[in-house]
Amino acid sequence: MTAVSPLRVGVVVFPGINTDGDTHHALETFPGVSAEYLWHKDTDLKGVDGIVIPGGFSYGDYLRCGAIARFSPIMQSITDFAAGGGLVMGICNGFQILIEAGLLPGGLIRNTGLKFVCRYVNLRVETADTPFTSACDKGDVLRIVVKHNEGNYTVDPATFEAMKANDQIVVRYVNAAGERAEGANPNGALDDIAGVCNEARNVFGMMPHPENSVEAELAGGADGRRFFGSMIDALRGAEVTA
Amino acid sequence: MNVRVYVVPKQGILDPQGAAVERSLPNLGFQGVSGVRIGKIIDLTIDGAGSEEAARAQVDEMCRKLLSNPIIEDYTFEITEG
Repeated sequence: MTAVSPLRVGVVVFPGINTDGDTHHALETFPGVSAEYLWHKDTDLKGVDGIVIPGGFSYGDYLRCGAIARFSPIMQSITDFAAGGGLVMGICNGFQILIEAGLLPGGLIRNTGLKFVCRYVNLRVETADTPFTSACDKGDVLRIVVKHNEGNYTVDPATFEAMKANDQIVVRYVNAAGERAEGANPNGALDDIAGVCNEARNVFGMMPHPENSVEAELAGGADGRRFFGSMIDALRGAEVTA
Repeated sequence: MNVRVYVVPKQGILDPQGAAVERSLPNLGFQGVSGVRIGKIIDLTIDGAGSEEAARAQVDEMCRKLLSNPIIEDYTFEITEG
């Protein structure tokens, strides 16, 4: 048997982020994975293989969600990392930060219901052709939680058409039967969009929280493992070929 | 120089707060109200910009880079001598 070298995944910590611990834990439930906290004031990515920007309320959501975090020193390093093809996943506030940084298209505005939503949603995998969903089949329905106030995805029509043509819409809100339906979308997001990737497919953001669904023996189920597992598989693949 | 920046949801983008306020105004007897958009005002002071033109260029850059997100918001601003 060939020994697998430990994989190191960075978890970015901004002031006001509150799921850094959960995300760190979720990553380390995978054998051979070591999670490393990356502090927002640092520029050193500590040689990590991939990066997850967790959810929370960076800088108190002041001005706009993710707007201040975008200018932190670590984000410049992450932008360079992404430009070099590195895998970056943003969850909830992490998604908002990636959008503000221009690493993902579109915008995230206030939920149509004007309420903070905290509930389970069903997500349909719209493409398995990303390093974050490769462990899924297109059409798989995954049950995980959302908890946000500004998760209403929007994008201009021209970019939206280009995203559809490039297969960049990664997950959509659906009902338990996997169909798009009234009431399935918790925030009014355009076209029921829950997560998107960039054109190069190495940057991915989603509003729901996979880190809260990684252990089958706990109430949250384990559907969130599919996203992290895909990313970890992709990083291991990259290591082998490197 | 005193600067007042207005940031509003971009035309064509849904403004859930504005829509909620618009729906509640008729309940108070205000009829015929439409186009409610809720934004924010940011006041700031600039010292040493030199000319108003230079200040205007600075504020415009601030708006594009931080104070607004041009993908979802529009901005305008006015400058007055402080």
